[in-house]
Amino acid sequence: MIDWLISGDRPRSVALGAVLLGILFSLAFAPFLFPGVRALDTAATILIFIVLVASYDLLLGYSGIVSFAHTMFFGLGAYGVALASIHMGPGWDALIVGALAGALSATVLAYAIGLFSLRVRAIFFAMITLAVASAVAVLVSQLFQLTGGEDGLTYRIPRALTPANRVGELFGVRINGRILAYYLLFFSCTALFLLLLRIVNSPFGRVLQSIRENDFRSEAIGYRVVAYRTAATCLSAAMAALAGSLYAIWLRYVGPDTTLSFEIMIDVLLMVVIGGMGTMYGAVIGATIFVLAQNYLQNLMGAASDATSALPLIPDLINPDRWLLWLGVLFVLSVYFFPTGIVGRLRAGR
Amino acid sequence: MTQTLLETTDLTVRFGGHVAVDHVTCAFRAGELTAIVGPNGAGKTTYFNLISGQIGASAGSVRLLGQDITRMGVARRCAMGLGRAFQLTNLFPALSVLENVRLVIQARRGKGFNLFSIAASHVEMTTAALAVLERVKLGALRDQKVSELSHGNQRKLEVAMLIALDPQVYMFDEPTAGMSVDEAPVVLDLIAELKHDSDRTILLVEHKMDVIAKLADRIIVLHNGALVADGPPAEVIASDVVQKVYMGREIADV
Ligand SMILES: Nc1ncnc2c1ncn2[C@@H]1O[C@H](COP(=O)(O)OP(=O)(O)OP(=O)(O)O)[C@@H](O)[C@H]1O
Ligand SMILES: [Mg+2]
Repeated sequence: MIDWLISGDRPRSVALGAVLLGILFSLAFAPFLFPGVRALDTAATILIFIVLVASYDLLLGYSGIVSFAHTMFFGLGAYGVALASIHMGPGWDALIVGALAGALSATVLAYAIGLFSLRVRAIFFAMITLAVASAVAVLVSQLFQLTGGEDGLTYRIPRALTPANRVGELFGVRINGRILAYYLLFFSCTALFLLLLRIVNSPFGRVLQSIRENDFRSEAIGYRVVAYRTAATCLSAAMAALAGSLYAIWLRYVGPDTTLSFEIMIDVLLMVVIGGMGTMYGAVIGATIFVLAQNYLQNLMGAASDATSALPLIPDLINPDRWLLWLGVLFVLSVYFFPTGIVGRLRAGR
Repeated sequence: MTQTLLETTDLTVRFGGHVAVDHVTCAFRAGELTAIVGPNGAGKTTYFNLISGQIGASAGSVRLLGQDITRMGVARRCAMGLGRAFQLTNLFPALSVLENVRLVIQARRGKGFNLFSIAASHVEMTTAALAVLERVKLGALRDQKVSELSHGNQRKLEVAMLIALDPQVYMFDEPTAGMSVDEAPVVLDLIAELKHDSDRTILLVEHKMDVIAKLADRIIVLHNGALVADGPPAEVIASDVVQKVYMGREIADV
């Protein structure tokens, strides 16, 4: 049963299995284990990024395709939900229509980009995605009547998913719509992740890996490489869009900074690399570590800085204002010491 | 009359001013093993590339099973029954030995776009792949990463992948090159076995004369891209043109 759910793709390392179970457990019971708005926000963000990063891994790690348009697809899903909720009024139907419209437009756009540029060299595809993503970002900020421009859009979602919906108490924790929304995210993201895990372990996923390894030979044994690459691009885009839709449900706000920005694109890239490319489980670990660091490194440094205030220089170095610098150092170190990512390292033993 | 499976007509390719394959017209019939010989740079591999579609022809045509495939893509030619093993080993290095062959079986079965089943649960495909590995004596190495195989074993796997494809037209490009004396017979015996199948045709680029003499029903000679001799082995080897092409030396020395 479990083997079927994870498509027979076992962690193949006790340590990795333990870490993954720990993350699963923490996310599954986050509202009870880590009370507080901030903690729940962090857990929800981790869930979303696991799907976003896993869908990017399908492309980068499994198919060997470099794309810079992944956050654009993420944004399409988010804006789909936002626009549907505004124009149709808050409701479940708006969420579903918005998510489907977002996923569909992401697929169509990915298909167009793929058809146009996957035939040629890989670097050309990467450049086209960069160009299209920039163009869409500009478009979103220019069409402010529709998209809210740089300010973004706020909208309402079904009342059942808002804090106003009080359900009762469980284990001393007040259950409200916000916690229901969290579980909507939790189950959706788990399902999407398992679906991605299935796809990479399917016959189709094996073809993608063969193309990554040697596209010339894949073609020679009868796989139409362009068709497979295009399909992978479309799938990955649709998954990113669905992650975006879920994010929009959670935030009740969309804006260029939260969904479209190039910064998020870089973050996603780092999460894939840190976790381990072409492993899927790397997405879980990469996203968890990254989002935690983003949210708590500053606090940690503040505390450390205060604790060492008597010493010279050190408090300055670990001043919370330098957190980005230290995040950078952390990445360089992790890439240097774990070139195959954390998953690769754990699987190799030690 | 035996059936013609593959046919090239005035097949030509130019690289800049250099004519690498020059108006080659030749038909390959079912149940026949044709050895293709010629000195280094004669255009043998390029002729193969034109037939299997890796490079486009400048002029002329290729027909497979009666259909013009000159403008067809590599994958579609393969699906029609054209199989090719490469002179320079061309595998999926980070994948296992078994997976390399399994991918071929999967392609043959048209299962590539199966997205929602677990690949490992298609036991029949794995079994078929293992059977092919046994035939080239690689069964014991099934879980090895291909990049860790010895050169000889990689060459065997190259052959195994062509056999797994089960095509109507087999194209072997120096299959035993770089193999040790005790490894080569495994591959050559396999090719001899394939010959018994009378509805297929085999094209074999090979330098070793003793191998050709034993296996070939027919030899064609390429020289500077042109077809200069075509006939039964004994006749071709004895002919003046072959002696001239090889500049008086015996073919076996080349
Ligand atoms: N893509 C290409 N571009 C330019 N020239 C090429 C290309 N492919 C082959 N050639 C040239 O065509 C000629 C024929 O090469 P080919 O590899 O077909 O020879 P061959 O008969 O297979 O030789 P060998 O016995 O060494 O394998 C050579 O002069 C080679 O340099
Ligand atoms: Mg050659």
